[in-house]
Amino acid sequence: MAEIFLNGKFIGTVADPGKLVDSFVEERRKGKLHYSISIYHDKTLDEVQIESSRGRAIRPLIVIKEGKPMLTDRHIEQVEKGELTFFDLVKQGVIEYLDAMEEEEALVAFDENDLTPEHTHMEILPLAIVGLCTSLVPFGNFNQSTRLNAGSKNQKQSLGLYAANYLVRMDMDVNVLHTPQLPLVKTIMHDSSHYENHPSGQNVVLAILSFDGYNMEDAILLNKASIERGYARSTYFRPVVTEELRYSGGLIDEVSVPDKDVKGFKSEKDYRLLEGDGIIFPEAVIAEGDVVIGKTSPPRFLSSLDEYNLTSSARRESSMTIKHGEKGVVDFVLLTENSEGNKLIQVRLRDQRIPETGDKFTSRHGQKGVVGLIVETADMPYSASGIVPDIIFNPHGIPSRMTMSHLIEMLAGKTGALSGRYIDGTPFEAEDHNNLRKELASLGFREDGTETFYNGRTGEMFKAQIYVGDMYYLKLKHMVANKVHARARGPIQLLTRQPTEGRAKEGGLRLGEMEKDTFVSHGAALLLKERFDADRTIVPFCEQCGLVAVYDEYKKKSYCPICGDNCSVSNVELAYAFKLLLDELKSLGIYPKLKLKDKY
Amino acid sequence: MDDIYKEYEGKIPEGIIADVQSSLPDKVSKAQLKSIMQKVLEEYEKSRIEAGEAVGLISAQSVGEPGTQMTLNTFHFAGVSEFNVTVGLPRIIEILDGRQNISTPMMEIYLKEPYSKGKDIKQIAESIKQTEFRDFIKEITLEITEGKLDVKLDLEKVKRVDLSEAKLLKIFEKSVKGFTFKQNGDMITLKSKGKSENVNELYKLKEKLKSLYVSGIKGITQVLPVKREDEYVIMTAGSNLKEVFKLDYVDTVRTTTNDIHEIQAVLGIEASRQAVINEVNKVIEEQGLNIDIRHIMLIADIMSFSGKVRGITRYGVVSDKSSVLARASFETPIKHIMEAAFVGEIDKLTSVVENVMINQVIPVGTGLPELRSTIKK
Ligand SMILES: [Zn+2]
Repeated sequence: MAEIFLNGKFIGTVADPGKLVDSFVEERRKGKLHYSISIYHDKTLDEVQIESSRGRAIRPLIVIKEGKPMLTDRHIEQVEKGELTFFDLVKQGVIEYLDAMEEEEALVAFDENDLTPEHTHMEILPLAIVGLCTSLVPFGNFNQSTRLNAGSKNQKQSLGLYAANYLVRMDMDVNVLHTPQLPLVKTIMHDSSHYENHPSGQNVVLAILSFDGYNMEDAILLNKASIERGYARSTYFRPVVTEELRYSGGLIDEVSVPDKDVKGFKSEKDYRLLEGDGIIFPEAVIAEGDVVIGKTSPPRFLSSLDEYNLTSSARRESSMTIKHGEKGVVDFVLLTENSEGNKLIQVRLRDQRIPETGDKFTSRHGQKGVVGLIVETADMPYSASGIVPDIIFNPHGIPSRMTMSHLIEMLAGKTGALSGRYIDGTPFEAEDHNNLRKELASLGFREDGTETFYNGRTGEMFKAQIYVGDMYYLKLKHMVANKVHARARGPIQLLTRQPTEGRAKEGGLRLGEMEKDTFVSHGAALLLKERFDADRTIVPFCEQCGLVAVYDEYKKKSYCPICGDNCSVSNVELAYAFKLLLDELKSLGIYPKLKLKDKY
Repeated sequence: MDDIYKEYEGKIPEGIIADVQSSLPDKVSKAQLKSIMQKVLEEYEKSRIEAGEAVGLISAQSVGEPGTQMTLNTFHFAGVSEFNVTVGLPRIIEILDGRQNISTPMMEIYLKEPYSKGKDIKQIAESIKQTEFRDFIKEITLEITEGKLDVKLDLEKVKRVDLSEAKLLKIFEKSVKGFTFKQNGDMITLKSKGKSENVNELYKLKEKLKSLYVSGIKGITQVLPVKREDEYVIMTAGSNLKEVFKLDYVDTVRTTTNDIHEIQAVLGIEASRQAVINEVNKVIEEQGLNIDIRHIMLIADIMSFSGKVRGITRYGVVSDKSSVLARASFETPIKHIMEAAFVGEIDKLTSVVENVMINQVIPVGTGLPELRSTIKK
């Protein structure tokens, strides 16, 4: 007696579960049941699970009967002619969708050569084993699976043409690559996804070589001339958005050049780029601190009377400014209205990004790295035929990661570039790399892809043969320009008097609990104290009651608000955050008394 | 000679003096011995931790860093399923937290000769294992309509253990008072004596029967005799040190358990201190890591110096910290601050954490020495 569950709920029992499953599948193949419903007999638990819930991943497979695929050449002909569609084949029971559970009981053949009478299904295409992004890795079947994952993940972060109408869009943090190219080594997924409409990389000449240690730990070296020719240039777009908010009492934000008497007025210089309407003009070159949209807001609190009398002067400055470390050019100004009917101002900023030390690049094989050095072309190694590579890649990245596809792509790319054709690198169905080697040899190059190289500085010949080839390289969206940050002195938080946090606020770098412990375990007590002196304060304390006393600046004298003038007050050096803790304890109703005594 | 040794007593630990004594060649002159002892003293002084070294924190870091590399898997014993052992980081956490109920208690039972050479090893192992009545039941059916319980025994299994059928039945009969007991071959029928045929009661009886204790040592659920070098050792899942020590064929000197609290109850605090060290060390060695044993010894000392094993938790050793601020910075700050406020606790600011909080020089390392001078008036 097997129990039956529909979407995890018990609905009954069946004496012969095998028969139930068989007839269920049969009905589904006839099209009487929806193709997305799955059934599975768990033999160990003796349960039949029927699933029709949403969110399950299902995938199509060719149905095999008695070792023969249901899909015939006739079907393919008909589909090609347009007489049949893919879903007609599903309805005819030629192709079937399985979910993860039903797949458990299926024996899926890789291709027709693998078929045996035991098989129940066959892959439509071996490539269907992997997903869309992974299909974009050429020769991916030569790789370790984790590298494939990394490779497809990296591709998602690459710069390219993300949308053809980017000029009229207001996307947050987007990049567009200048002069993108189609890869020399393609897979069929590049064709079927129309990669030519949105390419996201460029073909480069890559040499595998160590160079002065500037490419250690996965770094790469860029040829300066390549950059000057425009390699991997991109534009970064970021919108500045604000709206005229309405407040209770009929008050409203106002976009305009703020008056001098507005609370928080910056300086004339900061507003210099604003036009009469309070908005910056297109093509204005801007840098840190410049106002993009001038705006004033009504006062925050309307309680006190004097603020009522001086309404205009009490308005607050609330302009949109360029944050710390940012620069660029105003690209586009848009004035519109949002769904609440408020005036909405969007200003798109643009910044050209030329590759620099620290920018992240990757091939399509999970071989990411940052630029370690931009090498003067004169110093770059060159081949016997005078070819200077665009990128130098470190050989140590290869053995432990075993990305064979990286090496094969170089060879294939080289052959493709020399013979003037695209190479098919579709995983499992790629062109045979042995043939590519032969072709390369017939083109007058060494068949293993290596070439004699010369030191760019001394002109000496390298003793080793250097592996060079053409490769599709991607610039990733993580650029140093968005990330570099350092601080010596800077803004502090109002509440704790400790440095602010984060790059945008020019914040400090946190020395956390565990980092503090390293100072302690080295016994560096005084250094530790100095490091935490950021919020050091001197506070007068009453020795009698142990609470904070007051220093009267006029009388040049300290007194205790509780004990009065007749008590001795001492100055105590402590962290402001601790003074704050004492205040918070007081708010809990706890009396935190400091018992003072001389240290020595 | 002895007077020279006497001279160094108190300056060098007795153990080291004994080591020197035992490893000296026969012919040593007094002057030579004197210079040897002087050298030993120098080396001893040199190897001592300097004042102001943050030993606790260094121990914590030395154990914590390798902890990040540990695997989190439980490890299965070859052959026997349901015989798994918590290893790696979870085990370390379990030990250092001083948990009362560890997830996989285990014993290593060493035997006296001739049993350690393999005599009756299977029988001994089986007799240690706790057997329950469920092990002898083939089938148990509850007849609701007739208000009776049919128990079908597996007589084959009864034969295998050092236990007679009659004895088993006696234990069985004793536990079913209030029910009629009727035996027919391997079939036993139970019926409620009372008139009311309470099905609920029968169901409870059924569950009770399954876990009815029959023989062996309570708590020991699995046994596995293994050969270690040239003697047999019984590994067990489940632990009961007190009862195992009562068995006359057990070598009580070497037999041990991984339950530290049990060791404390049976053997005392010194043994449990050593058990903490051994257990932590075992994990570290299993993981192929290398931590200096003195770090672990320090942790074991902290855990056991009060006379009973306490974990490094807010209920354990941390609750002992004299500083309110230090305790509050560890866990549940409001609770600690409120409790301190109720009794008017005074924080003398003698330790590291509180001085970091108020940004004062910590009393460790370079923060320890102070400069004092008398000012002439
Ligand atoms: Zn006072």
